[in-house]
Amino acid sequence: MFASLAGVLFDGFAYGMLLFLLSVGLSVTLGMMNFVNLAHCSFAMIGGYVAVTLVNSFGWPFLASLPIAFLAAALVSIILERALYRRLYRATDLDQCLFTIGIVFISVAVAAYFYGTVQQPIGTPPYLRGSVQLMGMSFAAYRLFLIVTALAIAALLVYALEYTRFGAQVRAAVDNQRMARGLGIDVDRAFAVTFALGGGLAGLGGGLAIEMVGLDHAFAFTYLVYVLIVVAVGGLGSIGGSFAAAAVLGISDMAGKYYFPWLGAFLIYLVMVGILMWRPAGLFGKR
Amino acid sequence: MESASRYLEAQIRWRRLEIVFWLCTLLPFVAAPAYLQLASQIAITALFALSLDLILGYAGIVSLGHAAYFGVGAYTAGLLAKHGWGEPLSGLLISGILAGLTGYATSHIIVRFRHLALIMLTLGLGLLLYEAANSASWLTGGADGLQGVRIRPLLETFRFDLYGRTAYAYSLVVLLACFLISRRIIHSPFGLALRGIRENALRMPAIGAPSRAHLRKVYSIAAILAGVAGALLAQTTETVSLEVLSFGRSADVLVILILGGAGRLYGGLLGAILYMVARDQFSGMNPQYWYFWIGLLLVAVVMFLPNGILGGLAKFSQRKS
Repeated sequence: MFASLAGVLFDGFAYGMLLFLLSVGLSVTLGMMNFVNLAHCSFAMIGGYVAVTLVNSFGWPFLASLPIAFLAAALVSIILERALYRRLYRATDLDQCLFTIGIVFISVAVAAYFYGTVQQPIGTPPYLRGSVQLMGMSFAAYRLFLIVTALAIAALLVYALEYTRFGAQVRAAVDNQRMARGLGIDVDRAFAVTFALGGGLAGLGGGLAIEMVGLDHAFAFTYLVYVLIVVAVGGLGSIGGSFAAAAVLGISDMAGKYYFPWLGAFLIYLVMVGILMWRPAGLFGKR
Repeated sequence: MESASRYLEAQIRWRRLEIVFWLCTLLPFVAAPAYLQLASQIAITALFALSLDLILGYAGIVSLGHAAYFGVGAYTAGLLAKHGWGEPLSGLLISGILAGLTGYATSHIIVRFRHLALIMLTLGLGLLLYEAANSASWLTGGADGLQGVRIRPLLETFRFDLYGRTAYAYSLVVLLACFLISRRIIHSPFGLALRGIRENALRMPAIGAPSRAHLRKVYSIAAILAGVAGALLAQTTETVSLEVLSFGRSADVLVILILGGAGRLYGGLLGAILYMVARDQFSGMNPQYWYFWIGLLLVAVVMFLPNGILGGLAKFSQRKS
């Protein structure tokens, strides 16, 4: 019982870390511009497909494909932001939702056109396959790798946000956009960089997700709901909040699948509705 | 005060174009008898879009989970018919009432939130109901759908035939009745208050309008209409599948309404006609690619036609005159 509990906690945490990577960018950009970007998971999908193509068609090693996945998703997100999204910052929630759902539809169709509707396999190197023995328990090596990567990125993000000049600008813009502009901070530039960074992180998450949850053309839709739950529950613009919410969601989803399989996804939706009703701005949200 | 009532009277007068539109809905009976089933589907979708228009177009409540009430209506009608209550009209009424009660219960949650939290809550409640229906397969048939729905002839005389004559006539009459009710509501002082809430959610309570009570009321009314639409679908097709509760249905009806033009009563009707006819014409196309065009359409509508087709037409005719 204890071993299975620890296993569920471990798997759930690894899954939660994946959700954290996928959602942290959305949380910060939403907090900054109040822009409801439902197409965030499309960036993750781009990263995933880039990694798959590099590894399977060009024979790149898996680890080398991840930075490219990051860069490709960041590039696409910054192009979209400059070309299209910026026109809609003053639009209503509804318009933003519809516009970005439109982009999700398009990206899903494009992925289906080029890659078909099957699950994409990816070859991971041998040292990420088996499992690692630690204190008498075995942990899947890939999940351990995922957790370490996510923790490192979270630490890096917190450091960048708390201790650098750029981080201070971003925090100021999230807290009060008009005031930050008044102080001469170039909020648009800060936002563009954050948006690209968030898109890139989602792309990295997409690349990392393939081995754990798979990748198919509907990825942008399937994980949209999870990412939105993380953002809404964690609170806008809060890295710590996203981290905690992702961990809780990952663990409760895993535990639900393990212990109450007949409930399906019912449990996490219930958790989300409950938390939102209790605290509409999320667990760590200020507004 | 007098000018206000005169404004309302001018709004409620029937325009020539409206009468022409409703006369045109009779055309399928003579012009395209082979497409009556499709016409009936269009009427049902139009009713569903109309119900979303009441809350989204007029009261400004963005919902990504409106299919919940459609589904409640559909399952109620289906289950009633399956267990021996096959009389369509009373089934329709009961389904509408049950969906309305569900809507009233959830409206207490809905009206307290705005923006992202509201969008997420409507989405969450819709998904919750979908999962519940999926789990309760002893009641709903789960993923296989509800089997063995038998509907008695309408008014004990008109049998639901294969060609959909009765189905279309039935759906059309119900749509017209619901449309008249909605039209009356929208052009009443209550409807004006709703538009006020949509325009400025803070000012309305400040001038003494009970804005939450108004929102609860319109949300429940919209839920009744959605439930009636769902019941119509269940009764005319004699099956109910889980799809009636799905996120896809909520998203489709949103697309339809936005395409036609929200907040204009006829927007949902026009959107439903265009969307359903296009989907029927391209039914040979892989659904994946169908959604590519829908996505492109959404992007284009938001960018270039913020008020949908009807909004664009209104602007165009204003510029001309």
